[in-house]
Amino acid sequence: MDIILKGGHVVDPANNVDSEADVLIKGDKIAQVGKNIKANGAKTIDCKGKLVFPGLIDMHTHLRQPGREDEETILTGSRAALKGGFTSVLCMANTNPAIDNKGVVEYIHAEASRAGLINVYTAAAVTKGLEGKELTEIGQIAEAGAKALSDDGKPVMNAEILRRALEYAKMSGLPIISHCEDINLSGNGVMNEGFVSTKLGLKGIPRASETVMVMRDMELAGLTGGKLHIAHLSAKESVEAVREAKKRGIKVTCETCPHYFTLTEEAVLGFNTKAKVNPPLKTKEDIAAVKKGLSDGTIDAIATDHAPHSAEEKDLEFDFAASGMIGLEFALSLANTELVKNKVLDWSGLAMKMSVNPSKILGLTGKGSLAAGSDADVTVFDPSAEWVVDEKRIESKSKNTPLAGRKMGGAVLITIVGGKIKYENGRFD
Amino acid sequence: MKLREKAKVMDAGQIESALVRIAHEIIENNKSVDGLAIVGIRTRGALLADRLAAKMGAIANREIPVGALDITLYRDDLTDVAEQPVVHKTEIDFDIHDKVIILVDDVLYTGRTIRCALDALIDFGRPKSIQLAVLVDRGHRELPIRADYAGKNIPTSQKETVQVKIKEADGEDGVIVAEMEE
Amino acid sequence: MAVKWTKKDLLGLETLSADEIGLILETADSFKEISQRPIKKVPTLRGQTVVLFFFEPSTRTRTSFELAAKRMSADMVNIQTNASSLTKGETLKDTAKNIEAMKVNIIIMRHSCSGAPQLLAESVSPSIINAGDGSHEHPTQGLLDIFTIKEHKKKIAGLNVSIIGDIAHSRVARSNIWGLTKMGAKVTVCGPATLMPPEIEKLGVKVTYDIKEAIEGADVINMLRIQLERQGQSLFPSIREYAMKFGLDAEKMKYAKKDVLIMHPGPINRGVEITPEVADGPYSVILEQVTNGIAVRMAVLYLVSGVKERIE
Repeated sequence: MDIILKGGHVVDPANNVDSEADVLIKGDKIAQVGKNIKANGAKTIDCKGKLVFPGLIDMHTHLRQPGREDEETILTGSRAALKGGFTSVLCMANTNPAIDNKGVVEYIHAEASRAGLINVYTAAAVTKGLEGKELTEIGQIAEAGAKALSDDGKPVMNAEILRRALEYAKMSGLPIISHCEDINLSGNGVMNEGFVSTKLGLKGIPRASETVMVMRDMELAGLTGGKLHIAHLSAKESVEAVREAKKRGIKVTCETCPHYFTLTEEAVLGFNTKAKVNPPLKTKEDIAAVKKGLSDGTIDAIATDHAPHSAEEKDLEFDFAASGMIGLEFALSLANTELVKNKVLDWSGLAMKMSVNPSKILGLTGKGSLAAGSDADVTVFDPSAEWVVDEKRIESKSKNTPLAGRKMGGAVLITIVGGKIKYENGRFD
Repeated sequence: MKLREKAKVMDAGQIESALVRIAHEIIENNKSVDGLAIVGIRTRGALLADRLAAKMGAIANREIPVGALDITLYRDDLTDVAEQPVVHKTEIDFDIHDKVIILVDDVLYTGRTIRCALDALIDFGRPKSIQLAVLVDRGHRELPIRADYAGKNIPTSQKETVQVKIKEADGEDGVIVAEMEE
Repeated sequence: MAVKWTKKDLLGLETLSADEIGLILETADSFKEISQRPIKKVPTLRGQTVVLFFFEPSTRTRTSFELAAKRMSADMVNIQTNASSLTKGETLKDTAKNIEAMKVNIIIMRHSCSGAPQLLAESVSPSIINAGDGSHEHPTQGLLDIFTIKEHKKKIAGLNVSIIGDIAHSRVARSNIWGLTKMGAKVTVCGPATLMPPEIEKLGVKVTYDIKEAIEGADVINMLRIQLERQGQSLFPSIREYAMKFGLDAEKMKYAKKDVLIMHPGPINRGVEITPEVADGPYSVILEQVTNGIAVRMAVLYLVSGVKERIE
């Protein structure tokens, strides 16, 4: 059945639309965006006062399948994505077995279509087993449909290997998503190095651990002309380094995550393992720098780094607890509260970071746009709704978030994937 | 719970003469002050012990060893009380072995405090004997304990309390019977 | 003292008020005499069970706690293990829940991970006493250090206390800093730059890399134990250089005040952070610290055992 979204505020920066309009969906495509569209027989949804975005794309998700289906599966992760307004995700390669060959890529795609809720794209590993030693069969992986390469969770410490990966990946056009961390500088660190780590007696990770690798990787991108995308940028100096490199004409894109513009290292006080994440939460100055990077275009994308972990992996001594937090269900609300309400980004700017740019970076077709003929992936968001994060109502199979109890501004009402309403007001289809 | 003062049963002068009488009784009873030492139970028993020691010392013309015992750590009701009581110092800087110990407290009531004090004292050594001196015996014993020397017997009901005030702690001397108001 | 003890656990000095620290010190003062009696035992904790739960090897702290508990007539169980063997299967919380199910009253815990005692304190009903967690806190050591200082100097406020050595990895330093600054002392920390944690001055201490500066004018010098294995982690070039730059010897003592107190939490690396003639010299109160440790730990056991509010 055709669907018409009536009278919403359509935010479609790819087509310079940022005003009240109707969106008509026919089959699995967008048919038309405009004023007072007549659509007899279409299911009509009143979107007055709501925002209508091209479907959000999370270019950094850990779905844990295969290997840790107790923490998340493609199905449960897809539901969490829908609730957060994401119609597409890029899942990371650090599964067990790792997504480091064509077979696992195909398995993910098969499982995703079986779940049948959202578009699941894969980032395959840069190196076999994410060990940083031998390149994966990048050519075949690209043919199998992977959209990016990443050893995320670990850096490729050997610069020579990353150099070759950037060169080799040019042939397939796949970006390399780099987890920037110098593991020697990080050592056994478990949180940001600073006053809080001093107070708690926890081993700190110096901020330079991220920045030196951001700089190294950008030099390699400059050297090779390869397509580099930097994952989860968190430090002020890293943002500045990317800004400089872009000025110099280096081909680099980067993302940050909602927690890096929302939370500081103070969230760790009391040894709260739910706030343990890598790269670690930093300071107010870093939040300010990340926001500035978002507003001036240094940072291209907002990704969640959704990292589900079981209670058993979190309810441990801080040193032993797993790093990471879930993010799919909170990203848009946090972006609304922290960025739009604080005038860091306008709605179009936000749509750029959460849909248009991820689509471009990953080379997706028919995504990130509401132009006629695009895939009918649409997110309807009520910016004035309020809700409180309640662990019991989290869709993700894992509940590891430091946000429990936090008041959220704005809620996703409807998520449409391929012309079908997959999520509406708490119900999945 | 409030206390209402019912009667002042001893004033400073009566306390003084009771202590003088007890001092004489102790010496008479033990024939001399040889081998005698005095241990007061904190807080007010210890203050009374100091006075008693001074009086006996004056009579016998020599110094009588005196110490202070805090019985908190020996109490049998620590698991029942709402708040952990403050522990004060026990100061017995003489060897009690083979001595006749005059144990001093302000009020003898259930006998439980004395039981604690006996246990505590024996942890310091094996005295030859222990005798008990109290300023007030108000009855209602729960253990087979009696006073060897009592300043005054004051029959009371269990609703009442007996408050001994000692100048060093309370600014004045006196014994008051008060009643708990419901 | 008007303040009442209300905390189920003793996790650190950061969370205590100056009055609460004062209460522990006063209580410890009353307990000190018990260890001088012919029969060093009071019946206070009769029928209560105390578990020593040590994930790190320790002789003196464990012995001190054990004697403190035994002198109060508690029943004692010793569990010595290590953190890594536990994480293979059973979690720390599992183990603690099992101990709780055996109806114990107090768990005294040492662990190589900062924050581990807090994890337990939040989930089990027995009192948790932190006997040292990672680089975080060692509250009873801090308390016994302050107790020893107060015995000699009769006060804490206004004293200059220098803590010298590996500040970054020292839970003793952190507990001392929290306790001493709350009680009004002026604290200076001194050590190699590699062993100085970032932004420590925000705790209200002065930082110097010059040991002379730390010695001059100090009323108390607390020398920390240097872990010899740190040499291999490029935190300092050699033991020899460390001893020369940051070790306390007779030569450097020339800069010290005449009535300075020399302290060390033990065990001493003789000839590294402190030379034998200083450790055993007239200013040293190192063995008094050990004696006072028992009284302080008895006081802590007494106070936490009286708290009635428990996690159900």
